[in-house]
Amino acid sequence: MLKTALNSYHHSQHGKMVDFAGWEMPLTYAWTNPDGSAGGGITAEHVQTRTSGGFFDVSHMGRLKVHGRQAGKLLEKLCTRRVRDMKPGVCRYALLCNAQGGIHDDIIVYRMDEDDFLVVCNASNREKVIAHINAVKDAGGFVASLEDQTSKTAMVAVQGPRVIEFISAVSQEIPGLKRYTFAVKNLLIAKLIVSRTGYTGEDGVEVILPAGMIDMAMTMIMKKAPEGLIRPCGLGARDTLRLEAGMPLYGHELTEETNALGTGLDFAIALDKEAVDDGEAFVGADALKRSRDSGGPPTKLVGLKVDGKRSARQGMKVIVGGREGGVVTSGAPSPTLGICIAMAYVPSASSTPGVQVEIDTGKGDRLGATVCALPFYKAPKVKV
Amino acid sequence: MPSPADRTYSNSHEWHLLQGDTLTLGITRFAVDALTDVTYASMKPIGTKVSAAGTVGEVESVKTTSDIYSVCPGEIIEVNKAVADNPALLNADPYTHWLVKLKITDNTPLAKLLDAQAYDKAHPVH
Repeated sequence: MLKTALNSYHHSQHGKMVDFAGWEMPLTYAWTNPDGSAGGGITAEHVQTRTSGGFFDVSHMGRLKVHGRQAGKLLEKLCTRRVRDMKPGVCRYALLCNAQGGIHDDIIVYRMDEDDFLVVCNASNREKVIAHINAVKDAGGFVASLEDQTSKTAMVAVQGPRVIEFISAVSQEIPGLKRYTFAVKNLLIAKLIVSRTGYTGEDGVEVILPAGMIDMAMTMIMKKAPEGLIRPCGLGARDTLRLEAGMPLYGHELTEETNALGTGLDFAIALDKEAVDDGEAFVGADALKRSRDSGGPPTKLVGLKVDGKRSARQGMKVIVGGREGGVVTSGAPSPTLGICIAMAYVPSASSTPGVQVEIDTGKGDRLGATVCALPFYKAPKVKV
Repeated sequence: MPSPADRTYSNSHEWHLLQGDTLTLGITRFAVDALTDVTYASMKPIGTKVSAAGTVGEVESVKTTSDIYSVCPGEIIEVNKAVADNPALLNADPYTHWLVKLKITDNTPLAKLLDAQAYDKAHPVH
């Protein structure tokens, strides 16, 4: 199994390690609370991130450097969203589609410089994304090169309402960053990328740094923070946090077969971007335009608030108007809302908030549920 | 902490404690750790007939839903309401907080289960 630069840290924090996309990653940790009692666990880590600060190792995600004279043009061709109008220091969420308008992956593109970009992709899709970028590059004869920097770098996310306040004590620049922008800090010969991004619905940062610098960074983050302000949180909490925040997860809400127009990620899909200066029709755009022009996607991603205490789970069928019409993609009890929540694809005509549906548990019974808008949870604005 | 030696264990992580013809059933520490925080436990009602290796209910955590099985056939005679009301009891102590009691009609399947030592060896809790 692959190990991140933080592997020994996870073990030192009693991480419950699992195989995630070939990486040994912490699902959850066992902390010791200040009073000596046992702490940690998915719910506690979730609450820690919602109320104070959580530290996540996300080094398993792919980090791919795309550079060269036509790197921007290549990414414009690959991404569902404008790339070449980004200024250096800006990062942007986008999809990589297949020719049918299904989804290869969802990524964040960082513009480092005019001809220098960084693509952060899902761990489970890294090989596929590399192959896809190379295939499109070669087919189009783009002058660009791709370098997989995943193993020589580390990436951590620090998320929560008290994170920026803590960072203010050590940096003036970072708290001034707008959402989806980043700063590059040069430390001796090493480069540190700090972006105002995340996958929890909370404010915070993500940091990319050379793998060999991780100990120094950990000392900065974990030892300088007052006791309990920031605690390590595992993939379990990351999943429930992103679910509450209505953020899709590849393999659940997004797949090769998912019609990108049904994902609710309209902000990340510029169907007609070839019409603008230096725009470029993206791979999959033709298929998606056909879908748009023939009435739109047959199903749409919605939130479901589930009646009762039982949770809907991925793969359960959604019954709409007495007929099987949709499928649950993610579901869990929401620690913040205290109810069971789920995301599901339902027929577009039944995707309006308030529509009553049923979920077939597959065990001979059904759960009632109500369609709602995403996200389930939005962080209150915090003044720093 | 070793699992209690007074009962036997299945590889699907239930413990079985036989007293006369009453079988008390619960889940192990390993199961609770694997499920992560248990958020919901629902057992079938008293009077339900259960076949050998049949389900007696289900337990849910933040991450997943898991069926609970009895290796012995019988009838559910008692359900632990305290656990249904407060599933977190299982996180705290899964060996005190049982799930169901069955009046069993055949105890021979119990002979195939693991004792505490063998179970802990096969499924260590770290």
